[in-house]
Amino acid sequence: MDRPLIIGVFTNEHDIVGAVKETRASGYNIYDVYTPYAVHGLDEAMGLKPSRLTYVCFLFALLGLATAIVTQFWIGSIDWPLNVGGKPFNSLPAYLPVAFELTVLFGGLGVVFVMLFRSKLFPGKKERSIHPRVTDDRFVLVLEVSDAVTDENIVRSLWENYSVEEVSRMEEMA
Amino acid sequence: MSLRFSVLRKPLIHGDKSLAQVTDDVARPLETGPTTLWWSAFIISVAVLILGVVAVTYEIMTGIGTWGLNKTVGWAFDITNFVFWVGIGHAGTLISAILFLFRQRWRTSINRSAEAMTIFAVMCAGIFPLIHLGRPWLFFWIAPYPNLRGSLWVNFRSPLLWDFFAISTYFTISLVFWYIGLIPDMATLRDRATTKIKKVVYRLMSFGWTGSMRTWHRYEVVYLLLAALATPLVLSVHSIVSMDFATSVIPGWHSTIFPPYFVAGAVFSGFAMVLTLMIIARKVLRYEEYITIDHIEKMCKIVLVTGGIVALSYGIEMFMAWYSVNEYERFVFLNRALGPYAWAFWIMVACNVAIPQLLWIKKLRRSLVTVFIISIFINIGMWFERFVIIVTSLHRDFLPSSWVMYKPTIIEIATLAGSFGLFFTLFLLFARFIPFIAIGEVKGVLNYGRNAGKSVSLSTKTD
Repeated sequence: MDRPLIIGVFTNEHDIVGAVKETRASGYNIYDVYTPYAVHGLDEAMGLKPSRLTYVCFLFALLGLATAIVTQFWIGSIDWPLNVGGKPFNSLPAYLPVAFELTVLFGGLGVVFVMLFRSKLFPGKKERSIHPRVTDDRFVLVLEVSDAVTDENIVRSLWENYSVEEVSRMEEMA
Repeated sequence: MSLRFSVLRKPLIHGDKSLAQVTDDVARPLETGPTTLWWSAFIISVAVLILGVVAVTYEIMTGIGTWGLNKTVGWAFDITNFVFWVGIGHAGTLISAILFLFRQRWRTSINRSAEAMTIFAVMCAGIFPLIHLGRPWLFFWIAPYPNLRGSLWVNFRSPLLWDFFAISTYFTISLVFWYIGLIPDMATLRDRATTKIKKVVYRLMSFGWTGSMRTWHRYEVVYLLLAALATPLVLSVHSIVSMDFATSVIPGWHSTIFPPYFVAGAVFSGFAMVLTLMIIARKVLRYEEYITIDHIEKMCKIVLVTGGIVALSYGIEMFMAWYSVNEYERFVFLNRALGPYAWAFWIMVACNVAIPQLLWIKKLRRSLVTVFIISIFINIGMWFERFVIIVTSLHRDFLPSSWVMYKPTIIEIATLAGSFGLFFTLFLLFARFIPFIAIGEVKGVLNYGRNAGKSVSLSTKTD
C-alpha cells in the first residue's frame, strides 16, 4: 500500500451499501470497506468473489476422513490384528464414529487456520486502524488514490447523497 | 427494491438502541469494577470448587474405593455426572450452530454465553471419565500413538474410545467456534480500552482485527462452515455417549432408541440450564433489553418440544420392554418404576414429563419466576434420568445373589458439588472479562423489526 488513501466515513449500513454500489457503478475501484459488523449484502455490493474457503474446508475434511480410515485399518488389520469378540479385523462400521469425528475436526481446524493465514490474523498483531470508531459504530469506505481518483473532492459529491460524515485523505495507514 | 422490514415483526432488541449504545451496554460490566453480588457469587463458587478439588485429590490418592461402587454397580454417580454435563453443553451448540443454520436471528443475544456454557460444561464432563480411570496420570494411553508397549494400540471398536474422540473434537470445535466469534468483539474492546494493560491483552486476543470487509467476507464463510460442521457434530456426541450404554448387552441399556433419545434429552437439559443462567444474568448484568421475555419464551418452546421427545422416548422404552417379550428387559423396567429406586424414577417423570407441560400456557412461559423454577426442576429431573438409566439397570443383575443397592459416598457428592463450583467459577469469570453478548452479531440484527421509513436511507436497502 504505497499510494495515499481516500476515506469516507458513514454512519449506517444502508448508506455504506448504497455508497459502495454507486462508487463502483461510477467506475472507481474500492480498496476496502471497514465495518463494525458483517453488513448483509455489502460483499455483493463490493463485488467480492465467493470465497474458496468452502473447498479448503472440504479438502481438509476429506484429509481427516482418509487419516481416520487408513489409521484404523492399518492398526486393526496390519500392525496388530486383535481379535475382539471374533469380529473381523477390518470392521468398517465400528470405525465410522472416529472417522466422522476426525472429518469434522480436520475440516473445522483446517478452514479456521487457512482463514486466519489468508486474512493475516494472528495473536498480538498490531492492528492498522483506519478509523478509531470502526469497531464501534462507523462504516468506512476506502479508495486508493489512482488515475481516476486524484483527490477526495471527486468522490465527495457522490458520497454526499449517502450523508457521508467525513471525507479525508490519508497519506499512510496508521 | 423491496423493504426487508415487516410491521408484523417485533424488534429483537428492545430500547431502540444505536450501534454505540450496544457497544457501551455490553462493555459496561467489563469496564466497571466487580459488584458485591459478583464477589459473593464468586467466593461461594470457588469455595465449592475447592471442596471438589479436595474430594478428587483424596480419591486419587486413595483409589476408586472411596466411591460407593461395588462389583454389581461398576458405573454410577461418576458416569451420571459425565452424561449430565455433556448434555448441558448441547444447548450451546444448538443455539450457536443449528439456530444459525435455521436463520433464527434472535440467537445473537444469547449465543455467546450459551457457547461459553457449552465449553465449561464439557470441561466439567471431561473430569469424570478422567478420575474414573483411577490412575488419571495415564490418561494419554487412550490416544492411539506409537508406544514402547508393542505398539499396543487402542481398541477402535470400543464406544469408550469413540467417546474420547467425540468429546475432544466437540470441545476443540466448540472452543474454536466460540473464539472465532469473539475476535471482532475483542477488537471493539481493544479500540475502547483506556489502560495500557487492557490494550495489550485485547490486542493479543483480537488478532489484529480491523473490521475489513474482505476479512468479514471470509469470516462469514468460516462461521457458516463451522456451524455446518458443529451441527452433525453435536448430534454425534450424545449419540456416541449413548452408545457407551446401547452397545452393551445390559437390559435397559441395549436399545436402538438411545442415540436420538439421548440427544433430545441433552438439548432439553441444556436449554433448561441456559434458561436458569439467562434469567439470572439478564437481571444482574442489566441486559433485559437484549435478552428479552421473547427470548425466554422461544427457549421455553424448544424445551417443550425436546421435553415432548424425551417423554415419548420414556413411553417407547416402556412399550418396547413389554413388546419384546424379553423377561429381563421387562424386569428392569418394572424394577425401575416399582423397585427400590422407584423414588428416583418418579422424580424423573415428575420433573421431565409432568412439570414442563406447564409451559404450554403462554402466561407461564412469559413469567420469569415460573420459568426459572421449571428450569431448575428440569435440571434436577435430567440428572435423575441418567442416574435411573445407569443405576437401576445395574443394581439387580442376572444373578439375584449379587443384587445390591448403590449409595453415593460423601466423596462422590463432594465431587459433583465441585463440578458445579468449577462451572460457576468459570462462568462468573467469563461474565466479568469477556463480552457476555456478541456485540458484532447483535449490531447486525438491530434493525430487525424496526419501523421502516424512520430514516430515508432505509429505502435504498434491497433484498
